[in-house]
Amino acid sequence: MHKKMMFSFPDEVLEHVFSFIQSDKDRNSVSMVCKSWYEIERWCRRKVFVGNCYSVSPRMVIRRFPEFRSIELKGKPHFADFNLVPDGWGGYVFPWIAEMAGAFPWLEEIKLKRMVVTDESLELIAKSFKNFKVLVLSSCEGFSTDGLAAIAASCKNLKELDLRDCEVDDLSGHWLSHFPDTVSLVSLNISCLGSDEVSFSALERLVGRCTNLRTLRLNRAVPLDKIANILRRAPHLVEFGTGTYAADLRPDVYSDLAGAFSSCKELKSLSGFWDLVPAYLPAIYPACSKLTSLNLSYATIQSPDLIKLLSQCPNLQRLLVLDYIEDSGLEALASTCKDLQELRVFPSDPFGAEPNVSLTERGLVAVSSGCPKLQSVLYFCRRMSNEALVTIAKNCPNFTRFRLCIIEPRTADYLTLEPLDVGFGAIVQYCKDLQRLSLSGLLTDRVFEYIGTYAKKLEMLSVAFAGDSDLGLHHVLSGCESLRKLEIRDCPFGDKALLANAAKLDTMRSLWMSSCAVSFGACKLLGQKMPRLNVEVIDERGPPDSRPESCPVDKLYIYRTVAGPRFDMPPFVWTMEDDPSLQLS
Amino acid sequence: MSSENGKLLPETDAGGLNFEATELTLGLPGESRVTSDGVAKLGSKRGFSETVDLSLGDNKNTNKFGQSQIDVPEAAKSPVSKAQVVGWPPVRGYAKRRTKSCKYVKVAVDGAPYLRKVDLEMYNTYQQLLTSLEDMFSCFTIRNYLSDKKLDQVNGIEYVPTYEDKDGDWMLVGDVPWQMFVESCKRLRLMKSSEAVGLAAPRTPPKCSSAS
Repeated sequence: MHKKMMFSFPDEVLEHVFSFIQSDKDRNSVSMVCKSWYEIERWCRRKVFVGNCYSVSPRMVIRRFPEFRSIELKGKPHFADFNLVPDGWGGYVFPWIAEMAGAFPWLEEIKLKRMVVTDESLELIAKSFKNFKVLVLSSCEGFSTDGLAAIAASCKNLKELDLRDCEVDDLSGHWLSHFPDTVSLVSLNISCLGSDEVSFSALERLVGRCTNLRTLRLNRAVPLDKIANILRRAPHLVEFGTGTYAADLRPDVYSDLAGAFSSCKELKSLSGFWDLVPAYLPAIYPACSKLTSLNLSYATIQSPDLIKLLSQCPNLQRLLVLDYIEDSGLEALASTCKDLQELRVFPSDPFGAEPNVSLTERGLVAVSSGCPKLQSVLYFCRRMSNEALVTIAKNCPNFTRFRLCIIEPRTADYLTLEPLDVGFGAIVQYCKDLQRLSLSGLLTDRVFEYIGTYAKKLEMLSVAFAGDSDLGLHHVLSGCESLRKLEIRDCPFGDKALLANAAKLDTMRSLWMSSCAVSFGACKLLGQKMPRLNVEVIDERGPPDSRPESCPVDKLYIYRTVAGPRFDMPPFVWTMEDDPSLQLS
Repeated sequence: MSSENGKLLPETDAGGLNFEATELTLGLPGESRVTSDGVAKLGSKRGFSETVDLSLGDNKNTNKFGQSQIDVPEAAKSPVSKAQVVGWPPVRGYAKRRTKSCKYVKVAVDGAPYLRKVDLEMYNTYQQLLTSLEDMFSCFTIRNYLSDKKLDQVNGIEYVPTYEDKDGDWMLVGDVPWQMFVESCKRLRLMKSSEAVGLAAPRTPPKCSSAS
């Protein structure tokens, strides 16, 4: 009787219920309940997320989810952002587009991160998907404005075009003119474009006819005196990124600008501000009281001007800023912006040998103390102490992301000259929901013992110039239950910990190790024993088997996959082969 | 073993651990790092903040913080620069390693409403450049003085490749040795033949009768 009732829901009802489940993780859980739920779920999944484009093949994704409308793919490892992944490593989107072009004419959204996107790929997207709506390219490269022109011209229903931190070959500013009169964008982010030939009239016309435009991020080439006209054409903007925010001070330009900002009553987020001239800053004051997000990471203005600005923004939740803000500015921030959730402080002079600003651990301690909702921190500084870290940890038990970069590698606690093990230990101990952590400073194996013991929710860990021995790596791999991504550089971690924890790698998305002490022999062994891992050795010195097996590899990237080894590797990448006779189970 | 992109790496010796300039041993706090030449760093700041106001005209690679891309060779020349470890500190966009420099110049064609850009560093000879221009502006006929060969006739109007040099003078392309051209060329213009009268003639007479 009971059994009958349990399975009496028709599929359509279940499908309807599942349509309320958007999160990828939840959908994955749903699909594992039973075979019929797996079947129903796969037919109604509309958004697919692939965290590592090589973990699965496009064909497999299409086969399992025949009706998706949106796909998100990530390619290169995170350390590619810092030039640690040589050009040509991989992450090509074309095979995905080609596969989907035939099977999925109704595809609407493509979101890519750290992938190589060619003009050919963009042209294929433009040609193949008649109802294409959203293109988000984050940290991608390989395309030019020609490809963008194809998208603009053909995608009549385009709503979002977001190019964040991409490297685009800027051949001509006229791709913007390719948008037809009927297109109605909601979001346009061209902040990464370098062209000094942006056609301003084309831009103004485009903005003028996109009556639903809510997000507009301009590139540096757009001069300050053009902004007022653009803003006036888009009074409902919620997110706006300026171009160059510098000009000779002219009262007419200033008042024009101030008027334009006042007319945008819904602005919540501002960015851009290249070359910021403080005299023009008050023009944005009318918008400040409603601002929740402010990106000043290109604004090279000093602390007093920053303090004046931030005092106008009591509702700020997210701030990105250069270290010109200094400790004094952060103290002011802590007293004004009580809703602050995310803070990123970038170095203005990262390669300088001496500090050029007065920004120390004090600033971060002040913010941790004054901002009870602080959850996410990225902080570059030149000195730190265990005492400060412990204070910060106790102030902010709700941290989900804590990334500290002490600029000089292996810098000790400046007060006691001890390693910073205890300080980071306090972070993982008090911040029980910590998902992401980046370490720096002088650190021994002990910090990893703390991490392995306490950081149970940690999903991503970044380590550089730390640890003494394999024990450090072993603590992390054996203790961090939720670990998905681990990236390590310049640490004395070798074969033992890796081989002893091989099974752990099956439960993670990926592991990156560069300039460590893992031998080629160990890589081969790992590749042989673990059929569901791709063990890639990246070595620009030449084939690893031309050197003794005990020789350490330059870079190692290990990721789990159901697609087997990839075939698009450049000459300096080798995938270690599987050997069924050596597999353990 | 040679490396593909010119990055210099130490020779491997059997069984030895060879890494980049950074050593894996623990250092004392504040210990000097030696440069790759073995010279200990000097204490002074490298003056990177001075580049904050620099805006390189054809800069494609503005880094995340709006500061112009560091020219890596420039940095290496500075005698007081700290040894730079690749990818550290982890800031985006700085000094992305380029194996070639870029020399982008704008190309204008009389009568066309758009400009293109070419990277002169991508070519080694005038012929390569002209072929590329021909592809780019395929509807125009470009006169090639060097070989006196008219590239394909489409609309009957002949264009002459000219360039503006460092002194602001407009010259016919093909005038000087290639490398000198690359260095002095500020921009290119495909001018209608009828308007090119009076420009500095190339040394190789246009009516050269030999096939080469």
